[in-house]
Amino acid sequence: MTEPKTGWADKALALDASTTTGMIGGSRKRQFLVTVIAILLGLLVGAVLIIISGLIGPSQTLDLTLPITAYAAVLEGALGSPKAIANTLNAATPLIFTGLSVAFGFRAGLFNIGANGQLLIGAFTAAIVGTIAGIPFPIAMLLALVAGALGGAFWGFIPGALKAWRGAHEVVTTIMLNYVAYLLLNLLASSTFKDQGATFPRTPDINPAAALPIILADTRLHLGIVFALLTAVFVWFLLFKTTLGFEIRTVGANSSAARYAGIRPAFITVLTMSIAGALAGLGGGVEILGITKNYPAEFLVSYGFDGIAVALLGRAHPFGVVGAALLFGVMRAGAGNMQRQTDIPVDIISIVQGVILLFVAAQVVIERLLPRVRPKRREPTPASAAAA
Amino acid sequence: MSEVPSVPPADPSSSADAPTPPEGSIMAAAPDPATAAADIKAGGMTIDPAVAARATAPSLEMRAITKRFPGVVANDHIDLTIRPGEIHGLLGENGAGKSTLMNILYGLLTPDEGEILLDGAPVVIAGPADAIARGIGMVHQHFMLVPVFSVAENIVLGNETMANPIFLDTHKAEGRIRDLAAQLGFEIDPDAKVGDLSVGIQQRIEILKALYRGAKVLILDEPTAVLTPQETVEIFQVLRRLAAEGTSIVFISHKLYEVLEIADTITVIRRGRVVGQADPKTATEEELAEMMVGREVSLVVDKGPAHPGDVVLSIDGVEVADDRGSVVVDGISFEVRAGEIFGIAGVAGNGQDEFVEALNGLRKTRAGTISLAGEDITNHSSRDLSERGVAYVPGDRQRYGLVLTYPIEDNLVLTDYYHAPFSRYGVIDEKAIAKRAAELVPKFDIRTPSSTVPASTLSGGNQQKVIVAREFSRPLKLLVADQPTRGIDVGSIEFIHKQIVAKRDAGTAVLLVSAELDEVLELSDRIGVMYRGKLVAILDGAEAEKEKVGLIMATGQAEVSA
Repeated sequence: MTEPKTGWADKALALDASTTTGMIGGSRKRQFLVTVIAILLGLLVGAVLIIISGLIGPSQTLDLTLPITAYAAVLEGALGSPKAIANTLNAATPLIFTGLSVAFGFRAGLFNIGANGQLLIGAFTAAIVGTIAGIPFPIAMLLALVAGALGGAFWGFIPGALKAWRGAHEVVTTIMLNYVAYLLLNLLASSTFKDQGATFPRTPDINPAAALPIILADTRLHLGIVFALLTAVFVWFLLFKTTLGFEIRTVGANSSAARYAGIRPAFITVLTMSIAGALAGLGGGVEILGITKNYPAEFLVSYGFDGIAVALLGRAHPFGVVGAALLFGVMRAGAGNMQRQTDIPVDIISIVQGVILLFVAAQVVIERLLPRVRPKRREPTPASAAAA
Repeated sequence: MSEVPSVPPADPSSSADAPTPPEGSIMAAAPDPATAAADIKAGGMTIDPAVAARATAPSLEMRAITKRFPGVVANDHIDLTIRPGEIHGLLGENGAGKSTLMNILYGLLTPDEGEILLDGAPVVIAGPADAIARGIGMVHQHFMLVPVFSVAENIVLGNETMANPIFLDTHKAEGRIRDLAAQLGFEIDPDAKVGDLSVGIQQRIEILKALYRGAKVLILDEPTAVLTPQETVEIFQVLRRLAAEGTSIVFISHKLYEVLEIADTITVIRRGRVVGQADPKTATEEELAEMMVGREVSLVVDKGPAHPGDVVLSIDGVEVADDRGSVVVDGISFEVRAGEIFGIAGVAGNGQDEFVEALNGLRKTRAGTISLAGEDITNHSSRDLSERGVAYVPGDRQRYGLVLTYPIEDNLVLTDYYHAPFSRYGVIDEKAIAKRAAELVPKFDIRTPSSTVPASTLSGGNQQKVIVAREFSRPLKLLVADQPTRGIDVGSIEFIHKQIVAKRDAGTAVLLVSAELDEVLELSDRIGVMYRGKLVAILDGAEAEKEKVGLIMATGQAEVSA
């Protein structure tokens, strides 16, 4: 049959389309409200932790205004100057790509934990293609980006194909492929593709014509954010305005109905994972061409995992992903300034991010806090009675 | 609204000298004159307030319950009185407000107005836990069981008997469960895994679960919708025993004959109001249907003679295997002509599902050929079949027929979203889709405030109308309707039957598959009976007698004395 096979892992992990798409349902206004409350609760919990860290920190004082000072320092560090804003946007850029990658998978009922590996492969292929000399500026850059997308697409295609034709659960295969990607590229970057002149093992620097140009003078802000935003618009269009997007969402929402409607879920699974991989791979390419300019053998980044968080917070919607990535970018970029000004460890910010996600995931808890707008149950059918 | 049910002005002594049980004779007065008039018109529904007064004290009373949702009054001053040991049938169309009322009783919803009295004392039911504590149990249409847990674990879940603060006292729990089951006249293995048990047994577990928690009032929401006829007979025996021991039962169903069979009293709700009560001893299905729908309903399909044309569908020696690989459709051959309805009757599970799936490209055949208008379409894809003019109303509408999270308008183009006018060059034209919905929603009487709300908000009957609207509105050669009216109310059934006959009269070949023998008999021009994967008989629809077809369904013997 053409329906993707379900293996032991599906049952063991109990992750199916309904699990991954569960957070997609519900009215948009309501989801937005729940997300905002989750963020506020995360900040509130963070505030308590900041007060505690003040108590046990070097100063050992009870300072109830400390959270305000700390959060103000985060905002100042993230948005206080053109340079700060540039850093924030640069931090958000790879998260937009990986967030889109994970969100795209969610829409087809797939849980892509492999965005990190796909990003690494994309980064590497972009770094290699970017070294080709003799190509003028925009073409060299675009060529390297395409290479990144294709590399990521290939790394997404593998788990997609394994799921569609062998029934291997994508959560298991993508996790494993993350390690494979990292270790494989570590090997390649310190052997075959090693830059002989470098102290640490890494690939050669890319051709300057392949680099993403700086778009704000005197900052490090590169063209990547523009690509990221354009990609988000593209993904939105693809998902919600095209027949392919309709098919992808139908498979995610009800793969039996998709089959009935003449859609081939196996094909959609492979295609979706490939596109998700391309999105992550593009993010990897952008990071190399905009920031590092080469692929270091020990390229230890966690953008792919943060992308899961971003996709969840953004409710698997492309524009939600952009918002969530920007929020995370602000927190990342501002955390250092907070530590410098208040002696509060940057890890507090990671905890705040974690708590926000916890509340997003446990949205039931928040819905309890919204008493009068309880979700309508399936069976009182005011809708049908209204017209009756 | 303090005197509900209306107390008769005369003869207080009548309550003393009327020891007969209230079953079947209670005729509480309808609360407002308009509905009372409806009762009289319905005939056979006498209003006899004098009888009400002598009844035993009500164990549960809902008074003037009103619940408003945005834009609609789901319950409008509903009164409901349920006496101990009574089986109270609650009838109403999908969306009439039955479920809202029961959700209020179970504490899932808070009423805007009105009060609930338990054994005469007003109570506020804060939630399901509170309802359970007060002796109200509910068995949902979709069971709330953990398939990997044992029967005993499921029953004690949330109400565990502890041997000590750490460990469960499974032994004691199992003993109690056995006793409860024995009281109701059946045996159950408390150790069995729920996922391995049949739907009928699972339902008994749900009932046991409620009784284990001390339910005195048991709400059953469409308990027979998922059961086979035999299981229905068995569950009725259980319910009668329960009632005989004093448990009050609210029985919600669409199937009029079932309610007539099991209920002691029937309350009919329409558009959020009680429109009357009926005595199952005297009321007929026609009267009940009219009360539910508010107009005369034809329970008999009105159709003229068929004018069969050329052969459209030709099935020749088709074999199909089920998921486990055993052959469940074993060499079937028949033809369906343009302008006729060919009905397949058979007890559920005799290969009909697999056959229909194979016919529609959702399952591969093992052998044989399927031809459409002379062209071989064996194992062609669903998409190809739909392009060739095959429409398919699937038996499991929520699994195959709809994407519940999608708006109605997207569901209306689920099988033809990909071509013009709904999309061009791979880009979807939302305006064209909205326009299509604006045409189909009124034409097929889909009751919804808007075509942009998710399909999940619709009642079952209206969900089915969405599928029918979509599948019937394409250029058709062959219409395959699998259980087209399962679980929907009489008004919607009548509508869908009319649509099927209209398609036949327009020259479409119709293949109807239904587990409801009455439906097959009424609609079909020819009837094939499936038994253990074989088509054991093909009969003329006009001459087929119910008893004869039923016998063939049960035995597989076509050559019985006719």
